[in-house]
Amino acid sequence: MSTSVERFDEQARQRFGRFGRTTVHEGELLRHPVYTRVLHWTVAIFFFLALLSGLAIYSPWLYRWISPLFGGGANTRLLHPWFGAGFVIVYLFQFLNWLSPMRWKPADRQWVGRMREYVSGDEKLEPEYVGFFNAGQKLQFWEIVFGAGLLLITGFFMWFPEVFGRILVAIAYVLHDIAALIMVFGIWIHIYLSTVGQPGTFQSMTRGVVTRAWAWTNHPAWYADVTGRNPREDHQRELDRQERRRARERSLDEVAEEKPSPDRNSPDAPGSR
Amino acid sequence: MANERTLQVKAISGHPGTVPGAGVVREFEVAKLIDVTTCIGCKACEVACVEWNDHPFRETTFDNTYQTMPSTEWNYYNLIKFNEHLREDGTLMWLMRKDQCMHCADPGCLRACPADGAIVQYTNGIVDFNQQNCIGCQYCVSGCPFNIPKFNATTKKVHKCTLCSDRVGAGLEPACIKACPTGCLHFGTKEEMVQLAKARVDQLQHDSMFPMPNAGLYDPQSIGGTHVIYVLHDATKPELYGGLPADPQIPMSYTYWKFIAKPVGLVIALLSLLGVFFHYILNGPKLPQPDAAAREEKI
Repeated sequence: MSTSVERFDEQARQRFGRFGRTTVHEGELLRHPVYTRVLHWTVAIFFFLALLSGLAIYSPWLYRWISPLFGGGANTRLLHPWFGAGFVIVYLFQFLNWLSPMRWKPADRQWVGRMREYVSGDEKLEPEYVGFFNAGQKLQFWEIVFGAGLLLITGFFMWFPEVFGRILVAIAYVLHDIAALIMVFGIWIHIYLSTVGQPGTFQSMTRGVVTRAWAWTNHPAWYADVTGRNPREDHQRELDRQERRRARERSLDEVAEEKPSPDRNSPDAPGSR
Repeated sequence: MANERTLQVKAISGHPGTVPGAGVVREFEVAKLIDVTTCIGCKACEVACVEWNDHPFRETTFDNTYQTMPSTEWNYYNLIKFNEHLREDGTLMWLMRKDQCMHCADPGCLRACPADGAIVQYTNGIVDFNQQNCIGCQYCVSGCPFNIPKFNATTKKVHKCTLCSDRVGAGLEPACIKACPTGCLHFGTKEEMVQLAKARVDQLQHDSMFPMPNAGLYDPQSIGGTHVIYVLHDATKPELYGGLPADPQIPMSYTYWKFIAKPVGLVIALLSLLGVFFHYILNGPKLPQPDAAAREEKI
């Protein structure tokens, strides 16, 4: 399946690559190519424009705060559907771009089962079956796919009420809200985990690269795929290296303590005059 | 503030006896009574409405009836709806009903509107649109059980009958009332109009030659009553009169959902923000491994 999609995507990735570049330094891995990064941030911009303009109309308490940002209530109403349409169109490319890595796999059920350990941080290394995206990321992706679909359909009913009639608009009004609220709920988790929650993640969407340690920690199966190495062994090797370095530093410290301390009353010392 | 309430006489110097009018409670709610049984379909009210509101005379639509156009329009607030109704005994009834905003006590348009100040309801019961605050979302169209608010696609504003709030505010009757030649239209306080309507209903029900046992008052309580009320020949079938709903309802989207579920939903959606904040405070960041120098303590 989806060979044509993959071919289209491969072409798009290569074309976009010509407009920019991704510099992979020593000890780093390429995570997201230029094409993915441009799509992600275009989607993000449209998402927040649509979210803000939508919130202004959503709540009478937010109306006075947010609608001036878009030039008043009437302009907010005028722009909101276009922001939404922009979001859906760009997200469609994002959807095609990520369709294959986001496909749900049997192992993902297992991941969802151990979500508690993931959230509590008790487990330091992700299970070895976690590939390019973990099940949490996949859930976020599909939540946006279905949410955006629902927003698109219900949004059309509300955009052209004279065509669809008052009852459909009233139903769409509720569904539009529910889809948006779920996406608002999800976006904070997404932003948190990709920035302060898991340091080293944010640069994957800016510079496009991650460190090898980040990769074997969070996406071991992907690490194995791109490097052809065993993520657990590499982790252990790095751990041993760190232990050896600490041991060496400790022995150096011991040597330093045996030496006599430098004379504190030398004439060069500040404040001696 | 000088108005009818504050300018009611309280005490008079050198006046023997009590103050005239003391203890009188003034009824502030106004209503328009439309007695469809005496409407002759002359459309004088349509013309008066267009003239008073300074609307241009627009094209009409002929659909093999006497009706000017299928429904009210953004610049045509007032429309006589015609219906030829065949009764069970084979006789014909020619029903005419003046259609316009009903000025509901619980207006669905106002409930649905998200724009601050676009729709106001006065204490006298008039529901009025302020186009300068309208954002053109048309939720009011969806909220209205009577299909009254109409959208102007050019200006992106919604318009409807104002019950001539400008005239009523100056102590005048609405333009349609002034133009009516048969006395089928009445204007006054809601209480007076209901009394007048009930008297007329009684008269219709007990007419010696053509009694109408189903005659009745249309003042739907599902939306708290309206400030435009009808006397109908057959109040059990209001749908016959150009689709007057028997039980008008505001969609729950603009009642329970908008005023209860929406604020709660937004708070729940924002709770995840609080959640991730405290997740960081409780657990700190999840760093790439290994971190041999790190020491973890459950404290």
